[in-house]
Amino acid sequence: MTLKSFMNDAISPWMKNEGPEADIAISSRVRLARNLDSLPYPIIASEDDLNKVIAETETKFSAHEHEKFGALSLLKMQELSENEKRVLVEKHLVSPHLTREGPARGVLLSEDESLSVMVNEEDHFRIQCLLSGFQLEEGLACANAMDDWMEETLDFAFDEKRGYLTSCPTNVGTGLRSSVMMHLPALVLTKQLNRILPAINQLGLVVRGIYGEGSEALGNLYQVSNQTTLGTPEKEIIKDLSSVVAQLIQHERAAREQLWTNSKDKLEDRIYRSYGILSYSRRMETKEAMERLSDVRLGIDMGIIKDVQGSILNELMVLTQPGFLQQYAGEALNSQERDWRRAALIRERLTLEEESHDGGGEL
Amino acid sequence: MLCQECQEREASLHFTKIINGEKTEFHVCDVCAKDKGEYLPGGNSFSIHQLLSGLLDTGQSFAKSSKQHSRQQAKPELQCKTCGLTYKKFAENGRFGCADCYQYFDEKLDPVLKRIHGGNSVHAGKIPKRKGKDMHVYREIEDLKAEMQNHIAAEEFEEAAKIRDQIRSLESSLHKKGGDVS
Repeated sequence: MTLKSFMNDAISPWMKNEGPEADIAISSRVRLARNLDSLPYPIIASEDDLNKVIAETETKFSAHEHEKFGALSLLKMQELSENEKRVLVEKHLVSPHLTREGPARGVLLSEDESLSVMVNEEDHFRIQCLLSGFQLEEGLACANAMDDWMEETLDFAFDEKRGYLTSCPTNVGTGLRSSVMMHLPALVLTKQLNRILPAINQLGLVVRGIYGEGSEALGNLYQVSNQTTLGTPEKEIIKDLSSVVAQLIQHERAAREQLWTNSKDKLEDRIYRSYGILSYSRRMETKEAMERLSDVRLGIDMGIIKDVQGSILNELMVLTQPGFLQQYAGEALNSQERDWRRAALIRERLTLEEESHDGGGEL
Repeated sequence: MLCQECQEREASLHFTKIINGEKTEFHVCDVCAKDKGEYLPGGNSFSIHQLLSGLLDTGQSFAKSSKQHSRQQAKPELQCKTCGLTYKKFAENGRFGCADCYQYFDEKLDPVLKRIHGGNSVHAGKIPKRKGKDMHVYREIEDLKAEMQNHIAAEEFEEAAKIRDQIRSLESSLHKKGGDVS
């Protein structure tokens, strides 16, 4: 398979860098947790009960076309290979939890993969909309539309006082978790982020690194999300998160300008070094790949590197994960083989770029 | 860099632990990381549910005092009659077993939910269209009543009277059709 056709299959809309403010707010996700009121929750349900949920989902939602979402297909976890499951996780379409535990788990997917409904994860249903750029309101509208459609024929566990009843008390009420993935290299470089984060936490929002441990984030990618789900209407939750995201975007832009004025030479050097390493190296660990890609992406966004698409960070951070590398290689790989393949895939991807611009650069 | 555990394979997992400012670094390979689950994020790491169970009152803290202890025994244990989950079990793993657990554990939930949700314990968001038909009307009536009070306070009695009529017609529609109001 060529890299081009592999990528066409692998790329979800959220990776395409097309949404508003997508240079900094990479993607937006809105998730609603829902349960049936007549069956025990997956944590204690019998296999029979879980199968009922799967069967309901299949007959009611995967057999019909929806006017907005089109045809939805139900993927059953037990019918997928380990690597196929891994790829779903790496594309952020399902949680690792869904692929690990127990029988009768599945995911309902729209054709363009912007909508997914996890079935029998921690809750019976987890409706998720994942969009490119800063699109929280659109995400909420999308998740609400799916919720409304499902509620036409399903009795959801709902209580006037407590709202939507979820398995974990941290989700009760709206069942809403909304988040934005942000690329904040200039705030990290100028050491401003550590001053901003505590303030955000005080607003009931959480910021954490993606693919990283604790406060250390790989590739300067951070996820900002709401923490509380009870006592505030959905629109307000989204509004609060949006205003913080908008401010972070502003700060990041200001920090980029500051870098440009104060240390343009140093910045250019750093970016071109990373570009060079990505273009020519033969072995690349995930951590380094993410750091270098973040630099190159910053270079593209600031107009220092031209002729390379900004979506390169979004694409490659997913495509260079272990599951995808193995899928592309068509075989299982150990971690050293993966480092070779990762470097090769990045080189190949950059060559594609140059060919499409007639750059003719040889690697 | 070689794996610090087996000293054979290349280390692929690099992990920094900072506890009270003391930094410890781990460099291990895939295989050893899996053996020693503690290195894997999400593996045996401290989960949200364990964290939660610290917030939930399991009754254990009272058990030490003998006076409380006897009272504890006299009181039957809180349990969901639908799915059988006990409150103790819920407090241990931080997750409800079914929708009815919320009813059976209701007396204990307010402080827990307030702690998790920034002081809130009552839902203010979406109501399902079909199942919550009446609730939509009740909430609208509540909203209108609040609005009416505002008008009365501002001595805008004409406005208040209009809203009073709206409330009446909503209330009568609820009574007329029983529960089936749209």
